[in-house]
Amino acid sequence: MTHDRQPPAAVSARGWGWRHASRKAWAVDGLDLDIEPGERVLLLGASGAGKSTLMHALAGVIGGDDEGEQRGELRVAGRDATSARGIAGLVLQDPDSQVILARVGDDVAFGCENLGVPRDEIWRRVAESLDAVGIDLPLDHPTSALSGGQKQRLALAGVLAMQPGLILLDEPTANLDPEGVAEVRDAVARVARTTGATLIVIEHRVEVWRDIVDRVVVLAPGGGVLADGEPDAVLRARGAELSASGVWIPEFPPLVTERRVSWAGERLMDATGLGIGRVRGTRIAGGIDIALDEGKATAIVGPNGAGKSTLALTLAGLLRPAEGAVSATQALAGQLKSTSPITWRSKDLLTRIGTVFQDPEHQFLASTVRDELAVGPRALELSDGDIDARVDALLERLRLDHLSLANPFTLSGGEKRRLSVATVLATRPKMLVLDEPTFGQDSRTWSELVSLLAGLLDEGQSILAVTHDADFVAALADDEIRLS
Amino acid sequence: MSILTPTKGAQTIYRINPVAKLATAFLLSLALILTIDWLSAATALVLESVLLAWAGLSVRQFFFRTIPVWIAAPTAGLTTLLYGQASGQSHFEFGLIHVTDGSISLAVATALRVLAIGLPAIVLFVTIDPTDLADGLAQVWHLPSRFVLGALAGLRLVGLFLDDWRSLELARRARGVGDRGRIRRILSQAFALLVLSIRRGSKLATAMEARGFGGDTERTWARESLFGWRELVLIGIGAVIAAAAIAAAVLFGTWNFIVG
Repeated sequence: MTHDRQPPAAVSARGWGWRHASRKAWAVDGLDLDIEPGERVLLLGASGAGKSTLMHALAGVIGGDDEGEQRGELRVAGRDATSARGIAGLVLQDPDSQVILARVGDDVAFGCENLGVPRDEIWRRVAESLDAVGIDLPLDHPTSALSGGQKQRLALAGVLAMQPGLILLDEPTANLDPEGVAEVRDAVARVARTTGATLIVIEHRVEVWRDIVDRVVVLAPGGGVLADGEPDAVLRARGAELSASGVWIPEFPPLVTERRVSWAGERLMDATGLGIGRVRGTRIAGGIDIALDEGKATAIVGPNGAGKSTLALTLAGLLRPAEGAVSATQALAGQLKSTSPITWRSKDLLTRIGTVFQDPEHQFLASTVRDELAVGPRALELSDGDIDARVDALLERLRLDHLSLANPFTLSGGEKRRLSVATVLATRPKMLVLDEPTFGQDSRTWSELVSLLAGLLDEGQSILAVTHDADFVAALADDEIRLS
Repeated sequence: MSILTPTKGAQTIYRINPVAKLATAFLLSLALILTIDWLSAATALVLESVLLAWAGLSVRQFFFRTIPVWIAAPTAGLTTLLYGQASGQSHFEFGLIHVTDGSISLAVATALRVLAIGLPAIVLFVTIDPTDLADGLAQVWHLPSRFVLGALAGLRLVGLFLDDWRSLELARRARGVGDRGRIRRILSQAFALLVLSIRRGSKLATAMEARGFGGDTERTWARESLFGWRELVLIGIGAVIAAAAIAAAVLFGTWNFIVG
């Protein structure tokens, strides 16, 4: 067996389709597509158009006959895609589930080992790949100590070391902060230049990749290709349509409902000289002054690791302050004796402070969307009639009515986010705390979310949001708290 | 960080192949569970304590890591003292409690035995890096690489589970169900953690497959797992201690076979 670099690989699909074993509808169907060796393609399409399915199939990791059914033909470098492992390398969205081993060097070497590359050659490639993605760390550096952007670059290095002819990136920057996005984008650009490998990227933020790709392919939701060609031409011709289906295109910014009412509402919460920490006895930030009012939105911004989420969860009455105190006013606490939210019962929080977690999966409790929405109202011991009325209204308002019997875990990313917000709104809290609500969301979910929050502010709700998203801050925030 | 993280250092013990450490700990345990008498355990313990100086741990690290053994040994001893098989002169009796000459000597033997097996096992294991162990198991003992590497990669997820657990706890409080009974809450949280970990696990499996894991190609190993004279010396030391313990017990007539 030789270990020469794979030549850039061609991709060809002829009437290709794939159906997951558990579904009736085909995820992709009737796809005809040719990609030349060395081309750099941005793959777009509405959520559910089967972009990820195609990527998994091209990487040869879509699974066997028990996982689903295939029809038509999909070839990578002239071979059937199912036997293309080693020709194609795939980087996925979630940085945490891509790190395989505990040490940086070993993690990069993992793919080479599986391909049977000799030991000396492996370490030569490891050094070369780490260098290409700009990771300058000792080989025994622990992978658990890397940032999100570093983890994604590490995954890219692991793929590079396999010297694939086709590099597949499935939303590699969706879960990263702006610095992380830039790091990964630059590393990919460098790699594409030096290796000449064929590159296919899925990403709904077009501006990140626009200058790197030389072709845009838009998949149609029902199957097949909707548009295909040079980036500017495709985006000009199909921009409005793509934008409406959730793709971020700078020329077609998402529409949002503006806030109409400027409130001078009552104060709900105060904190002065607040110190915060996750674990008792450790303080990660201090000297924070903050005041939250009805009808006002406050954004907490700052770099990763500055304690933004910790601050939000402390103000939400979920973490104990490391020093100082969070003090709720009469307007928020109502008839409760204590003004300190951390001492309140869990049930008392429901109508006062609602928290939307960064990962929606952490807060799901029920097996259907409908039951999920009823959890809060039921804890408040509302009557069945009231519960049904609230749940129905929210299902409709957040476009979840067709999913009312689905399991929350099976929803798409955008649907999960909408559901997690809806569960909190079900108990009508005076104050809403959101941790990175727009992370990884497409532009459609984004504009729905921003419009919804604007409406809530108009109704006098107070909103506190942790965010990296400058557009979100510009659209909603009255105050900004910067942690460093 | 915790009692579970391996320690690191420059001493020889850190460079010894983990499978040799496993074999040594196994030899010592085997010799000491064949019999239950105070002399064999005491002999092993005395010989082992001489060697602990080369174990690569500071005194503080040593006691921190071996806390469980220091708690387990007297507890096991006390239980045997009070409830162990009665024989010989009786000293005290109350309900099920019966302290006799026989139970006293059994108690001493048990406590010493827990120390003699537990201390070297922990000291040998804390200097094992999981990655090196996996290399050793796959390359020296030729266990299936799919199994070994799958387990190794899965181990890394344990750290994420701790974070998940904390988030799940906060989320339950935020959703208004945090006041429920503690046991019920922990059970429902454990189930949620199970669901999350299966999802994480399957994502990790996809990432591993995408890097060619589980293919038909014969795998190579980036890190060579060496097994040489150092490893043989360590196992030899274990064998000598085991033999000395057995010999002492047989010579002085304290040997009693635990089975039969």
